[in-house]
Amino acid sequence: MHPIRRYLSSAWQALFGDAVRAFGVVSAVLLLALAIAPAKNQFAQWHQYQRRYLSLIHDRGDAVTLRRRFQPGIHQTWLPELGVVDRCTTCHLGLNEAGLGDVSQQPFRKHPAIPHSLDGFGCVICHGGQGPATTVAEAHHSERAGEEPILPARYIESGCGQCHQNALPGTPQLNLGRAMLTRYGCVRCHAITRPDGTRVMATDHPPSLVHIADKTTREWIYSWLKDPQAYAESTTMPNYKLSDADARDLSAYLMSSSTPREGDTALAATKAGSSADLAAGPSLYGQSFCASCHAVQNAAGNLVGGDVGPELTRIGNKAKPEWLAAWLANPRVYDATTLMPHYRFTAQQVATLTTFLQAKSDSDYGTGVHLDAPIPAQVAHGKRLIVELGCAACHEINGVQKPENFAPDLSTIGSKPLAQIVFLPGMEVSLPSYIVAKIRQPRAFGASVKMPQFALTAPQADALTTALLSLTNRSRSMPDTLRVAATVETNYQPAGHAGKLINELACFSCHRINGRGGDMAPDLTWEGSSVQRQWLIDFLRNPNTLRPSLIRRMPRFNLSDSENKELTEYILAVYQSPAVDADAVPDPSHSPDVVEHGKQLFYSKYACQSCHIANDKTDKGYIGPTLTQVGSRLTAAWIYSWLKNPQALRPGTTEPNQNMSDEDARALAAFLMSLKGQGAHGAKL
Amino acid sequence: MITRIRSMMVRAGIVLVGVFALVGVAGCKRPAQQATTLKASAAGTALVESSGGHQLGVTGTALKDPLVVQVNDDQGTAVPGALVEFHGPFGVTFDPAAMLTDTSGQATTAVTLGTIAGRYQLSAVTPGKSKAVTIEIVEMALGYQQRVGSILNEKHCSRCHDPESSAERVSNFNNLEVKPHAFAEGDTLNKMSDADLTAIIQHGGPALNRSALMPPYGSTLSASDVRALISYIRAVADPPYQSAGTVYARK
Ligand code: HEC
Repeated sequence: MHPIRRYLSSAWQALFGDAVRAFGVVSAVLLLALAIAPAKNQFAQWHQYQRRYLSLIHDRGDAVTLRRRFQPGIHQTWLPELGVVDRCTTCHLGLNEAGLGDVSQQPFRKHPAIPHSLDGFGCVICHGGQGPATTVAEAHHSERAGEEPILPARYIESGCGQCHQNALPGTPQLNLGRAMLTRYGCVRCHAITRPDGTRVMATDHPPSLVHIADKTTREWIYSWLKDPQAYAESTTMPNYKLSDADARDLSAYLMSSSTPREGDTALAATKAGSSADLAAGPSLYGQSFCASCHAVQNAAGNLVGGDVGPELTRIGNKAKPEWLAAWLANPRVYDATTLMPHYRFTAQQVATLTTFLQAKSDSDYGTGVHLDAPIPAQVAHGKRLIVELGCAACHEINGVQKPENFAPDLSTIGSKPLAQIVFLPGMEVSLPSYIVAKIRQPRAFGASVKMPQFALTAPQADALTTALLSLTNRSRSMPDTLRVAATVETNYQPAGHAGKLINELACFSCHRINGRGGDMAPDLTWEGSSVQRQWLIDFLRNPNTLRPSLIRRMPRFNLSDSENKELTEYILAVYQSPAVDADAVPDPSHSPDVVEHGKQLFYSKYACQSCHIANDKTDKGYIGPTLTQVGSRLTAAWIYSWLKNPQALRPGTTEPNQNMSDEDARALAAFLMSLKGQGAHGAKL
Repeated sequence: MITRIRSMMVRAGIVLVGVFALVGVAGCKRPAQQATTLKASAAGTALVESSGGHQLGVTGTALKDPLVVQVNDDQGTAVPGALVEFHGPFGVTFDPAAMLTDTSGQATTAVTLGTIAGRYQLSAVTPGKSKAVTIEIVEMALGYQQRVGSILNEKHCSRCHDPESSAERVSNFNNLEVKPHAFAEGDTLNKMSDADLTAIIQHGGPALNRSALMPPYGSTLSASDVRALISYIRAVADPPYQSAGTVYARK
């Protein structure tokens, strides 16, 4: 004790023994303290980067300009309304330097061209990371509570999705991810509310199971539940990894709860009266363009056909023949909201197609499934499982309520704090790595996890992750002026009897009208202004293809004459564009001079033959519709307005706007109207 | 007392050094664990690219198709069980980066390109019988603007400019009296200035005294769309396009 005290007191004496000494020492300490800040600056990481930048530009031809623009010290982009405090440009000094395009060394590379100014949005909005940080470790890699590491480049499109709720042409991955959220039924279990308060709605069409026993067998249900992709590789139904007993009990409940549907068996009578024309099966399937919506696996194992309806590779294994016949005769009896048209097939056509489709089966499928008649306890267990697994979130099932908020809300999943996430051992600690792992292998996070196994490729999982990462807190606190609203499908419903016909023919499955419907076929919103009455009647009776290179085509429906007339009159009366002025082209019977002038314009000035065929002997253009009989098809007023501005009538059409004078448009319209085709109407192409 | 404190400090120091050493050893061990040891059962004398080269990818993302190379022997027959390693510049990852060829002599890997837009030169190496055999594979990563250009090309231009047809898209190339060039034809397109490209895209063939079969897009596409198309055309040019902008020379 004693020596220490002596030592201390002598030190005290030496430093602060008298006023002068004390003053000197205190001043020295003060000076040192003052020097700490500049010294820290001098040795700071960002300072080293700034020195490196200076030496990088030192030898360049444009060093003088670059050096003049260089500002030493910490840079900051502060955007209070976006919550952005970004100091990234302290080290990323070349981001805005157009001249540094050839520099590939980080952190000095020029930012790639994007539609926004970097100063207006800062960096972290898209890239994540810690904006205010001034060291690489903190800015890029922080895993501390409330912070996030920088976003891997492959998810960068999620940044766009925070403001842009609509599909952008430049963000295919985000668009795909968003489409999958609605197509794979994700939003049937997980609620997602957009920042403007609208709900993301599912666009898939999971079948109702209330009459399932009419459609298929218990054995098929069992095999399907065990492995949906084994039946149809392309199905979006996930795999619940059910045990044999669970699949047995689920199938037992579904069969026992199913109620019969009258129409499904009533048709067996009509079917008995007509026999199938075996040879006609493939051609009827082809003519009806079933493949536009349904895919079938070919011999090489590739799926050929559309994905609007279910895959039909093994439909014979699933559908009972009498159900299939009834379905083909009128699908709306079994499912009033199906996307499948009511083709109005004759009884013989129904029998032919039924036989043709029944043959699409795999003799190995479902062999070895033997189910004994269920006991009540199994049925009851099946029902419990349905409630537990949330089957009714997608499928209508007798005796089970559709669950509300079955799975966690994902509206702000993109800002989920890392502290709330349980990472698996060995997993990278970041939100994207968690989301992608959860999507790809949900059950890896525990056997009790209810989320099923989806059959997703790596790019699909990345796309979904991108869409989910865009659902951030920031996207909700963003000023409204920055928000671009989603294009939401309208619930347009055509009126009256014709409207009912449009529903029965499922026109909306392929065509868009007034903001509702598919995009496989042309938008019909202005069809009434566009086409002539007789052409429309003929086309509905026997659709021929307008575009030589189209693979998907309009199917033929067996419409009665009165149905045909009704539909035609409705289209002509209702689907009229205010922009197409019938008076703009006064006289459709133009003088030969005008027609000849129009022909000149067609072939020389505008070289329309590069895409269209006006004369099938000389022209070969293969992109736009054939025009050999356009004078019998389109109205003069439509052609004129179309030539003046195609995108105004059909946004997104690839026909270029040629900025045509009124005079040229009139002459071309006159020439096109003179192309009546061989024969009266509907001559072949 | 002082000695007590001193010995405590020494002890703490030893413990600290020990902890650091352990952390260090653990840290060094990690990469060693990652490297898998593959035992090749055969070796070939030649390596060929089967598929997956010359793809247009997107920066930082996986290429659409896997890269497949095949190991052959002197007779040109496939060699199964040979070791193949893939290498690429910084930022490129292969999954897997090394593997043995399958029964048909092929090695397949998924490639993720780096975050810089541009041409990536990758290589595949097989030890070979006497000396290692290497082949070079080129892939392309498009940046944002270039990708917008590629999407616009797909929608508006490729039907005429790309002579190849696909199942979903029939090419119109053969129907044109004056043949356009595929955008990859650097020999021709590299000679056109940005201003000329802009002129012909916006105002059509006649703008450069060329055929009107090339339509004008100035009223259909925005100026930034046209810039995006040009950046795409420059990106896919083969031989590569050298920017005609400022040339920086060392003093
Ligand atoms: C209808 C067919 C067609 C379409 C569509 C088309 N082009 Fe062309 N393009 C041509 C033809 C034909 C030429 C050759 C003109 C000549 O050499 O006289 C050409 C020439 C060009 C050239 C000059 C280089 C060359 O190939 O000779 C560029 C650049 C070009 N087109 C860009 C585009 C872009 C960009 C688009 C899409 C926005 C596009 N083209 C769409 C037909 C087309």
